[in-house]
Amino acid sequence: MDFFKRHFLVPLIAVLGLIAIAYVGVAANLQFVFGVVIPYLAVLIFFEGLIYRAISWARSPVPFKIPSTCAQVKSLPWIKRDLGDRLDNPENKWWAMGRMALEILAFRSLFRNTRTTLLRDQEKPEDSRLVHWSYKWLWLGALAFHYAFLIVILRHIRFFTQPVPQWVTALAEVDGFVQFYIPTVYITGVLMVLALLYLLARRIYTPNLRYISLAADYFPLLLIISIGITGILMRYFYKVDIAAVKQLAVGLATLKPVVPAGIGSIFYVHLFLVCVLFAYFPFSKLMHAPGVFFSPTRNLPGDNRWNLHVNPWNYPVKFHDYMHQEDEYREAMIEAGIPVEKEK
Amino acid sequence: MAKLPTPAELIQINYQMPSKGWMDLKAEMRPGYYVNAAAPKWMQMIDYPFPRAWNVADEDWQLPEDWKERVLQGMEDRLQRFRSLKLFFDICVRCGACADKCHFFLGTGDPKNMPVLRAELLRSVYRRYFKTAGKLLGELAGARDLTDDVIKEWFYYLYQCTICRRCSVFCPYGIDMAEMTILGRELLASVGINIDWALASVAQCYDKGSHIGATPQAFKDMVDFLAEENERITGITTPCPVNRKGAEILFVVPSGDYFADPGSYTFMGYLLLFKYLDLDFTMSTYAAEGGNFGWFISHEMGKRLNAKIYEEAKRLKVKWILGGECGHMWRVCNQYMPTWWGPIDFLEEPVSPITGTKFENAKVHKMVHISEFTADLFKHGKLKVDPQRNAHIKLTFHDSCNTSRGMGIFEEPRYIINQVLPEGHFFEMPPNTIREKTFCCGSSSGINANENMDIRMLGGLPRANAVKYVHEKYGVNHLGCICALDRATLPTLLQYWVPEVEITGITELVGNALVFDDEIERTTDLRDRPLAGFEEADEEEGAE
Repeated sequence: MDFFKRHFLVPLIAVLGLIAIAYVGVAANLQFVFGVVIPYLAVLIFFEGLIYRAISWARSPVPFKIPSTCAQVKSLPWIKRDLGDRLDNPENKWWAMGRMALEILAFRSLFRNTRTTLLRDQEKPEDSRLVHWSYKWLWLGALAFHYAFLIVILRHIRFFTQPVPQWVTALAEVDGFVQFYIPTVYITGVLMVLALLYLLARRIYTPNLRYISLAADYFPLLLIISIGITGILMRYFYKVDIAAVKQLAVGLATLKPVVPAGIGSIFYVHLFLVCVLFAYFPFSKLMHAPGVFFSPTRNLPGDNRWNLHVNPWNYPVKFHDYMHQEDEYREAMIEAGIPVEKEK
Repeated sequence: MAKLPTPAELIQINYQMPSKGWMDLKAEMRPGYYVNAAAPKWMQMIDYPFPRAWNVADEDWQLPEDWKERVLQGMEDRLQRFRSLKLFFDICVRCGACADKCHFFLGTGDPKNMPVLRAELLRSVYRRYFKTAGKLLGELAGARDLTDDVIKEWFYYLYQCTICRRCSVFCPYGIDMAEMTILGRELLASVGINIDWALASVAQCYDKGSHIGATPQAFKDMVDFLAEENERITGITTPCPVNRKGAEILFVVPSGDYFADPGSYTFMGYLLLFKYLDLDFTMSTYAAEGGNFGWFISHEMGKRLNAKIYEEAKRLKVKWILGGECGHMWRVCNQYMPTWWGPIDFLEEPVSPITGTKFENAKVHKMVHISEFTADLFKHGKLKVDPQRNAHIKLTFHDSCNTSRGMGIFEEPRYIINQVLPEGHFFEMPPNTIREKTFCCGSSSGINANENMDIRMLGGLPRANAVKYVHEKYGVNHLGCICALDRATLPTLLQYWVPEVEITGITELVGNALVFDDEIERTTDLRDRPLAGFEEADEEEGAE
């Protein structure tokens, strides 16, 4: 089996296996394990792992201030810098925070994306031309997925709270404003799955991407797609007892877990996959989410020349001082009329 | 040395991914694509470990017995010292945004030149030895054993990266391949693997003062010669003081500016400018090299070479430092120099003696870029120029990667260009190939040797291709830049892809255009080429 197949099929089988585990578990009446024990465990692992990783990053110092400067640096006062320049090459920590905000909320760097093609000239190959197109699809797909996912998560707060906060209800109403089906279809749920399918498809069908992709890239995609699909199935097709689900969720949230009877298996599959996502998160590439906040090429201002950055492990190095040169060449230097420290 | 293929042959780039997975594909050391192994004498000069005569084409690279422990120990040590490395190893999602941003990938189609995969070459070893999943699952977790084939692969591909940072601009997390490349090269150096071209430059620079290994007297000879050239062409005497104590300003340039064409014309421009201003400056035979080849191979070596600049400023008791047109000198000076040596309390906050402008952006650093300095002069109307003297030049501007993505100088050189060129003589290359998205010359970071011409021409293809575009569209005949490595490498590159275009520094254009009261009639530029309107006179003379 080749590299791609191994790295794609293993996560696929793993996700199908996880679904089967939850299904079989519920059939064996392990509702308490899947409804209470595993969720608590997953949340515990999630936070522990997250904190552990963040501390591990934070323990390594930032020896040098190396922001990628993507616009004109602040220099002479009359050199114009517009808002974009200040955000792409921040002059102090406030602007750096602005840069971070733009990066995190709007995926600024991905917005720059281009695609390059070699337009070949068959007659005169040396006249072939590289063309650099603006290419926003990855940005759009990534943005669609992340925002849809965020809203889906926020909507779920209604299961864990009693009474449901006003803003969650409002959010759900806005999300479901296009009413063409009963129950109301939440746009973000569908959008999330579609965006994920696009992200998966580009990984499989773009040759370079397929070449670099690892199991660790397919697994989270397949996992979150499965979470989305089970959620959609549960809401629109195989309806589960929503009151019972809420009882379970509120029980978990208030640390008084109960397992009401009569919730369909599909719910437990959905929940189990979410638990796996939680537990997997801190050990995976999904850590890009907290990681981006730590990125020294983005979160530091380009102010090295007027604001000293201190390296905690700076150490003296060996070098030849000036006298090393003069001692070696004194006579010749004097002859050439170069001033010296010692005449002989 | 392998014969360099023609442009028509070289441009037949195969972008198809190999059928074998990258972990199973050994790096083949193709002649023309790598720089020779460093000679032991250079390594000895800078106390580098395991000096020995070896050859990249050899099967056995004569690694020290405990090479594996050394590399892994080195990796662990760097993970603890550089948050960047730890983070860049952990958070890449392999989205592929960087893949076609690398000039080496665009030039070769070799998948391991996609920045993401270049990083994976290192990352896979990190996962295998530092991450539980990698220890348990091996290849499936993207992990692999550290073998001598992996070391060879690192060598091959980490020296097909010019630390230009174009990928990091597009990365949604700002993952900086340049940082990883330098750290990777440090790991290679720790087991005695270095490239000759870089090491020779570093050793000469460390020992003598400049990477060309010029002695102090030879340095003086060269600058004096260029001053005489100025006098011959303009009638103006442009003295260049050397090692003069008590001058106001220490002027530091890359050695390329005084030792070879076309950098030397830029140097003539500097001297003319300083004479015009009667600037109280000195150069130094000790800090005779602004360029820092040390940083190409390790952070520590960068610091060891960089020491000379502040040391010499202190010894000569100058007030502040002026830096010439150089890319990596400025990246190093901007990103590291104050941190290495600060606080710099033996110098003063730079103030232009001509305009009184305080360079507040350099108040800690105490070093001003020549483009900032010159732009400020023009802004205050201190320079009388005749742009018609550059009328034979149709220019496009190459943003050097180091000053662009490691500092952010874009406007100053353009401002100067617009002052010294006639209107309508400046043309920008396509927007995706300039400014922060600029393409590297393809030969920087210590790989501008002669034995790796194929990869240099391929790496420089995206740059040359954009130059060719403006040459054909607007008749551009000069490529301007503020980088000495560009002036050293781009002539070769353009000779290969767009032979009609020449390379010029920006201060050279200033030198051409400056009008002195007591100058002789100018009929040529600093390169002895006839000015517009004097071509015939030149031909007639030739006929006589």
